[in-house]
Amino acid sequence: MSFAEIRNRARAEWEALEGSDKPRILIGSATCGRAAGAGPVLEAINATLAQHNLEAIITQVGCIGLCYTEPLVDIIKPSRPRICYGNVTPEIIPQLIEDYIINDNPRPDLALGTLGEGSIDGIPKLFELPMLKPQVRIALRNCGIIDPENINHYIASGGYSGLEKALGMAPEAVIEEMKKSGLRGRGGAGFPTGLKWEFCRKSPGTIKYVICNADEGDPGAFMDRSLLEGDPHAVLEGILIGAYAIGATDGYIYIRAEYPLAIQRLKVALQQMEQYGLLGDNILGSNLSFHVKIKEGAGAFVCGEETAMMASIEGKRGMPRSRPPFPAQSGLWGKPTNINNVETWANVSAIMQRGADWYASYGSEKSKGTKTFALAGKINRTGLIEVPMGITLQEIVNDIGGGIPGGKQFKAVQTGGPSGGCLPASRLNLPVDYESLTEAGSIMGSGGMVVIDEDTCIVDVARYFLSFTQAESCGKCVPCRLGTKQMLDMLENICNGQGKPENIDLLLEVSKQIKAGSLCALGGTAPNPVLTTIRYFRDEYEAHIKEKRCPALACTELISFYILPDKCQGCGICLRDCPSEAISGGKRMVHVIDQDKCIKCGTCLEVCPERFGAVVKISGEEIAVPKEPVPVTAAKPNTET
Amino acid sequence: MSILPETEVKEKLKEILSPYSGKKDELIPILQEAQEQFGYLPSEVMLEIAKFLRLPESTVFGVSTFYAQFKFSPTGRKKVRLCRGTACHVRGAQRILEEVEKYLGIKPGETTEDLEYSLETIACFGSCALAPVMVVGDNVYGRMTPKKVAQILSNAKSD
Repeated sequence: MSFAEIRNRARAEWEALEGSDKPRILIGSATCGRAAGAGPVLEAINATLAQHNLEAIITQVGCIGLCYTEPLVDIIKPSRPRICYGNVTPEIIPQLIEDYIINDNPRPDLALGTLGEGSIDGIPKLFELPMLKPQVRIALRNCGIIDPENINHYIASGGYSGLEKALGMAPEAVIEEMKKSGLRGRGGAGFPTGLKWEFCRKSPGTIKYVICNADEGDPGAFMDRSLLEGDPHAVLEGILIGAYAIGATDGYIYIRAEYPLAIQRLKVALQQMEQYGLLGDNILGSNLSFHVKIKEGAGAFVCGEETAMMASIEGKRGMPRSRPPFPAQSGLWGKPTNINNVETWANVSAIMQRGADWYASYGSEKSKGTKTFALAGKINRTGLIEVPMGITLQEIVNDIGGGIPGGKQFKAVQTGGPSGGCLPASRLNLPVDYESLTEAGSIMGSGGMVVIDEDTCIVDVARYFLSFTQAESCGKCVPCRLGTKQMLDMLENICNGQGKPENIDLLLEVSKQIKAGSLCALGGTAPNPVLTTIRYFRDEYEAHIKEKRCPALACTELISFYILPDKCQGCGICLRDCPSEAISGGKRMVHVIDQDKCIKCGTCLEVCPERFGAVVKISGEEIAVPKEPVPVTAAKPNTET
Repeated sequence: MSILPETEVKEKLKEILSPYSGKKDELIPILQEAQEQFGYLPSEVMLEIAKFLRLPESTVFGVSTFYAQFKFSPTGRKKVRLCRGTACHVRGAQRILEEVEKYLGIKPGETTEDLEYSLETIACFGSCALAPVMVVGDNVYGRMTPKKVAQILSNAKSD
């Protein structure tokens, strides 16, 4: 079958679907949608349809990125725009189906927005919402829109036309197109993709490999998972284009075993490609022959590093080696190998479909195109976003993310995971591009963006990341293996109130050694979270060390809970709920916390009725309270003991 | 120590190995498949795998102990996994973990005496927007609170 025939068939299927006289229901069923309860919602949809004897076409789609309002259900009625409903529950489904599908009331009160042509009174356009308006969706172009398990949907949306175009060009011309687009590695390091391909193409040898790095290990990052779950063919088309340009015969997708749904969607996609002659020998009648294997990771963060990943694919311990030789010269089994990350591959297919000039029209001077970010942490609208390079952190946090919940103060935004850093409010005006973020001490990274508010202790965040890198260090390079342990010990001491004044300088010194003495990026970047937090939040470190005070009231060893005698009404709720029996009191008696028994779990603060507000959490100070319970009426402010 | 009689282990292993050709890069997929079938990697299974791939036993042990996924003692029928990712961390994963530890009476890496539950922590599930996240078996629970823990785990028990 020629590609023209394949495309015609796919378009016919898509048009039949679009023109169907049955209503269509689309449900966001990526991992996060399922975690939010998409399963029971789907059951409710099926039950309601059966009950009313209604027919509808149900499609499980990927994630459109509005994770904060999952589960999402979209309904399309014939010749009406698609309506997206958020925070859908199984309870609401019978009413929604009755109101809209049966009675034609689109329920604007439940709707988030409309997609596609036309409009509906009272419902905004989805892509005009503040979360979506600043976004440009290139890598995520189809996520949440098409059925990820149906190759025809992808082809009908322009899919594989990039491959068709590439096959009609000389491989060198494809590489030139990549260079012209300005695409840089989206795994975080930002190496120009076209250049990387050229090195591998020019390496002598008939056997060459292409690898897709889907070992998304940074805690706080889920861009690649969403992309593979929502539009696997966008990535696979990119890999084929790369294989053609480089002259590779075999490819591997190295993916985390923690992503079962993404693995399943990839397997389905590969089968469909084989059926269409898009994989195997002489793809689409060309001289390109290419095979892809999926390799599941086994839970080692360091395998995200190129040379460690290749060792792991070869069946060895995933430990990095020194470079040169670079993978482009001697990679997998000693053959020239090219590794790009999931998002890079998805951009490759878009660039070949729409052209390098179109792609390069987005972004800033040195960082072209878009970048996806997983927006999480203390932010109102968590989700998966794709923005043009050069947008400011401010726009991401406030406009797209909708700011901090609960009226709390923004403290920092963490980019780049354990290899990145924490940037304070004063740096929110930074444009998001490779150079600016590096200059500020952080990195672009693969796209994790975790927002931290005033309740999070910055030293604890640094300690958290070091505990991660320390555990994940493969142990090959001594400065990384032992240095991260020394840093972690110091950070734990600081959080426990045992920090010494010289610790800060020592942390900086050890950081320098680890960066200089590690073979791979794990060690080379492990100190970044500590370096940036000392650079921007040195006062918090000093408060822990000198005043034994945690300004965020988060470090357990440095906080204490007290019951204010002038506010306690002796209701007994805290006494009943205290897990360590540290509270004494009685009816109408001011309750007292035994500080020696208190495990600082915070239960008393959580359960104390809001109208009393009698429990306080403090750090670095003591409050005078009665030692024994006293009658409520006898208690006066500042009672001396 | 194995949970199955020797003959049964051999038979199952034969089945696991049948699609493989004995190339060295098949080691990790085979270990993964064996763990899937046995719940962990009994040492006699690893010895057989070493023979099959004509690899030194030390290599098989070296590779399997390198990766966090592999377990060397029996695990519970239900795996309770707690995400310790950044977003979960700043949204109070520690409190959830404490609550699960209290409910099950085990620490991460341990299994209850009745082999019903194993508790693990995972670097990141990638469901950060729903932090904090807990996974019981294949079910992912987002937006966890300490109060939800007992409810979810007691429901899981009756399954």
